[in-house]
Amino acid sequence: MNLLLLLLVPLVTALAVLLMQNKQQIRWAAFIGASIQLALAFGLYAAYRSARLAGDTAAFLFEKKYNWFPDWNISLHFGVDGIAIAMILLTSFVVIAGVLVSWNVEKMTKEFYFLLILLSFGAYGFFISLDLFILFFFLEIAVIPKYLLIGIWGSGKKEYAANKLALMLMGGSALVLVGLLGTYFGGTGKTFDLLQLSAIHIPVATQMICFPLLFVGFGVFTALFPFHTWVPDGHSSAPTAGSMFLAGISMKLGGYGCLRVATYIMPDGAKEYANIIIVLSSIAILYGAFATMMQKDLKYINAYSSVSHCGFVLLGIGMLTKTAITGSVMQMVSHGLMTALFFAVIGMIYERTHTRQVNEMGGLLKVMPFISTVLFIVGLCSLGLPGLSGFVAEMTVFVGSWENADAFHRIATIAACMSIVVTAVYILRAVGQTAMGPLKAGYANLTDARWNEKLAAIILIVGILAIGIAPFWLNDLIKPGAEIIIQKIQAVR
Amino acid sequence: MSEIITILKSELMLTGIIFILLFIKLGNGLKNETLLGIIQLLLLVNFIAGFFMNFEASAFDTMYQTSPMIAFQKSILNLGVYLISLLFADWFKKTEHLTEFFILMLSALLGMFLLLSSGNFLMFYLSLELATIPVAALANFDLQKKISSEAAMKMILSSAFSSGILLFGISILYGVTGTISFAELPALLNGSTIQILALIFLFSAFAFKLSIVPFHLWTADVYEGSPFAVTSFLSVISKGAIAFVFISTLYKVFAPMHIVWYNMVMVLSILTMIIGNLFALRQQNIKRFLAFSSIAQVGFILVGISSNSPTQGVPSVVYFILIYVFSNLAAFGVAATIASHSGKERIDDYKGLYQTNPFLSWILAIALFSLAGIPPTAGFFGKLFLLTAGASQANYAFITIAALNMIVSLYYYLRVIRSVFMDKNDNPISKATIDPFTKLGLLICGIGIVCTGLVSWIYDYIVSLLQSV
Repeated sequence: MNLLLLLLVPLVTALAVLLMQNKQQIRWAAFIGASIQLALAFGLYAAYRSARLAGDTAAFLFEKKYNWFPDWNISLHFGVDGIAIAMILLTSFVVIAGVLVSWNVEKMTKEFYFLLILLSFGAYGFFISLDLFILFFFLEIAVIPKYLLIGIWGSGKKEYAANKLALMLMGGSALVLVGLLGTYFGGTGKTFDLLQLSAIHIPVATQMICFPLLFVGFGVFTALFPFHTWVPDGHSSAPTAGSMFLAGISMKLGGYGCLRVATYIMPDGAKEYANIIIVLSSIAILYGAFATMMQKDLKYINAYSSVSHCGFVLLGIGMLTKTAITGSVMQMVSHGLMTALFFAVIGMIYERTHTRQVNEMGGLLKVMPFISTVLFIVGLCSLGLPGLSGFVAEMTVFVGSWENADAFHRIATIAACMSIVVTAVYILRAVGQTAMGPLKAGYANLTDARWNEKLAAIILIVGILAIGIAPFWLNDLIKPGAEIIIQKIQAVR
Repeated sequence: MSEIITILKSELMLTGIIFILLFIKLGNGLKNETLLGIIQLLLLVNFIAGFFMNFEASAFDTMYQTSPMIAFQKSILNLGVYLISLLFADWFKKTEHLTEFFILMLSALLGMFLLLSSGNFLMFYLSLELATIPVAALANFDLQKKISSEAAMKMILSSAFSSGILLFGISILYGVTGTISFAELPALLNGSTIQILALIFLFSAFAFKLSIVPFHLWTADVYEGSPFAVTSFLSVISKGAIAFVFISTLYKVFAPMHIVWYNMVMVLSILTMIIGNLFALRQQNIKRFLAFSSIAQVGFILVGISSNSPTQGVPSVVYFILIYVFSNLAAFGVAATIASHSGKERIDDYKGLYQTNPFLSWILAIALFSLAGIPPTAGFFGKLFLLTAGASQANYAFITIAALNMIVSLYYYLRVIRSVFMDKNDNPISKATIDPFTKLGLLICGIGIVCTGLVSWIYDYIVSLLQSV
C-alpha cells in the first residue's frame, strides 16, 4: 500500500472543497473525502496485519523514499509501524466525526472545511514521516489552520486564545527545531533519517542536550506541565470541530513525537530524564484533575481533564517499560476518540441551549435523550469505566508503571491512580447536573440530535467500544512498535 | 572583443535598456500605459536572457569577475525589478516621470550588478556609489510630499556617511597590505589589530546598507517616506544585492579572519533580530512595520552567513533571498494596492479586509506566513536552511536565540493576519480594483512563495551553480 495516498486524499479533498459552488456541495465533498480517509485507514490496517501475519518483521512497513533536498540529506521517507497505524486510525475517526458535526457551519463554510482538511493532511503526514525534517514540516503545517480556525470561527476570547496557542506551539516547535539541528550535527551521519539515527548511537553528550529540547518541545503540544496553559484557552475558544481536532489529533502529535523521536533515537537521554518526566506528568495528572473540579464550563471541564488524561501518555513514556509505553499509545487513541466525542456533545448541547455553564442546565435527558446518552457514555469512558476505552488504556499504563519496583515509581503510580477518584467526582457531577434533575425553564422545546450528529457520535462510540470491549487488537497493533523502543532502552541498561 | 561582450552581457543588456529608455524620453510621445508595457517587456527579456551563457570568467585584470552563481544572483535581482514593474503598475501609470523613474532604478541595478562582479575594492566602491545615489533620488519621487524629501535626505546623508566609513576602511586595508585586489588580499591578512580595525570599518559600511542594528535607524523613516515602489526596491533588491556581496566578501577576502568576523556577525545578528522584532511589535504603519520586520529578516540572513561554509552558507542565503524577494514584494504589493485604492496604510485599517478583498487577503497571508517561516510556504525552508547552516558551527545558544526570535516575529505577523481575517469592522476597505499587471505580479509572487519551497530542485539548482565553480 502506498502511503502517499494518505497525503493525496486530503489534498484532493481540500482542492475539491475549494472548487465547489454551494455549501451543500462543500459539505458532501468534505464528507466523501473523510470517508475515503477512513476506508484508507482501515485498508492500511488490514494490509499491515496481513503483512505481519505473512511474517514481515521489519520495524517499519510500506517504506518509500523519495529524494527531497539531497544536499541536506533530506528525503521524503515514509513508513509506518503499528503505533503510527493506531494514530492514523484515530485521525481518520476524528476527521469524519469533525466533518459531520460541522454540518451547520454557515460562516465561510468553504474556508472552514478547507482548513479542517488541511489540518488532517498535516496529521497524516506527521504520523507517516520517517525523516525528521519532514516530520517537523508536517508538525508546523498545522499552525495556520489551527490559528485561523480558532480565531475566525471560535467563541469567547478567541483572538487571545488563538494567539496564545499559535505562539506556545511555535515555541514548542522552536525547541524541537534546535533539538533536531543538534541531532543532525551531533550524530555522526548528518542525517535527519529516523532509521539511520536509530541505528547509530548518538553521543551521550548530544543526547543530554537534545533529549530535553525535543521532549519539552513536543511536550508543549501534549500539555506537558507547566506548558499546558494553552490547552484550556485554546480548546474552549475553538469551534466544535476545531476543539475535536485540537484535543483529538493535535495533542497526539506531541505524544507521538515524544515517543518516536525523543525516546526512540535518544535512549540515554530518556533514561537520564525519565524521573523528571514522571514527576512532571504526575503533577499534570493531579493538577489537571483538581483544576477540573473547579470548572463550571463544560468545555473547560473537558479541556482541563485533557491535561490530566494526556498526563498519562507522558507518564507511560516516562516509565520506560513495554507495557507502559503500549498503554501510553492506547491512551492517546482512547483519549483522542473520547475527547473528540466529548467536545462534539458539548457542541451539540451548546448549539441548543446557548450555554455551556453546568449550573444553568438540567434535565436535558428528558428533551434530548440521544445527546444525553452520549454524554453519559463519554463521561463514563473518561472516568475509566471497564468496557470502555479509557479503562483499558489507563489500566495498561498503571500495570506497566507497577513493573518498576522502586519506591519512587510506586509513589508516582499511586498518585496518578488517585486522580481517577477526582475524575469520577467532576465527571459525575457535570454529567449529572446537565442531564438529570428537573428540566430548567426554557429548555422544553429543544430538539434531539440530527442525523449528522448522530452519525458522528456513533462512529466515535464504535471506536471507543471497539477498544474497550476487545482491546487485544489494539494491543497487538502497538506492541511490536513499543518493543523496538524498549529494546533500545534496554541496550543502554 | 566578443568575449568581453559575453562576459559583461548582463551589464550591457541593462545599459542598453537604459539607453532605449533615454531615447524614448527624447521622443516623448508615448502614453504611460504603453511605456510601462514596453518597460515590462524589456525587463522580462532581460530577466530571461540572464539565464544564458553563464560561465566563470574575469575581465580587466580581475577587476571584473563573473560566475554562474553571480549570474544567478543577478537574475534574482532582475526578477525582483521585473516584479516591481508589475506590482506597482497602478502607481507607475499615474506618475509623471515614469521613464526617469526606471532610468534611475536601472542605473542603481547596474551599480549592483557591477558590485556583485567586482574583483577589487576600487571597483567595489565605485559601483556601490552607483547603486546608492540613484536610489536617494528615487526616494524623493513623491514630489508633492514633504515626507518623501525627508526620506531622500536621510537616505543620502546616511549613505554618504557609510561610504566615508567604507573608504576609510579600504584605505587602512590598502595601507597595511599594499593591495586592493580581492584575489591578493587573503594571503596578506593575518588578523593584526589594524586589520581588525579595517574590517570593522568595512563591516559598519555593510551594516549601514543592510540596516543591521545599530546602523538601522535610517531604515524606517526612509521606508515610510518613499513611494511603495522605492521602498520595496530598497528593502528587497538593494538588501539582497548587498547581502550577496557581503557574504562573498567575508568568505573570500576575509576568510583568514574568520574567527574575528564570526563573533561580530553573531552578536550583531542577535541584536538585529531582537531589536527589529521588538520595534516591529508596536508599528501601526504597514511600511514601518515591514521595515522593522525586514531588519529582523536581515538578522536571520546573518545566521546563515555566520556558518562560514561556502557549500551551505552561500546557497542558503541565496535561496533565502530568492524567497524573500517573493514574500516581501507580495506584502508590499498588497499594501500598495490597498494604499492606492483607499489611501490607508495603517494596520488597523485592514480590519475586515477579508470580507471585501479575499484575493489580496490570501496573498498577504501567505506572504506574511512565509516571512514568519511557517510551512508550507517557502519561508519555512529558507529560514530552516539558514538555521541549519548556522548550526554547523555548533553554537546552539545562538541558534536557540534565533529560533526563539521566530516566535516573536510570528506574534506581529499574526497581528496583521488577525486584523485581516478576524477583527470585525463595520466600515472595511471597499473592494479594490486590482490592475491586471498587479494581479499578475501578485500571482507570480504567490506561486513563487508556495513553489520555491516545495519544489526542491530550485535549491538543488542553486547548489549546482556552486559546484560548477
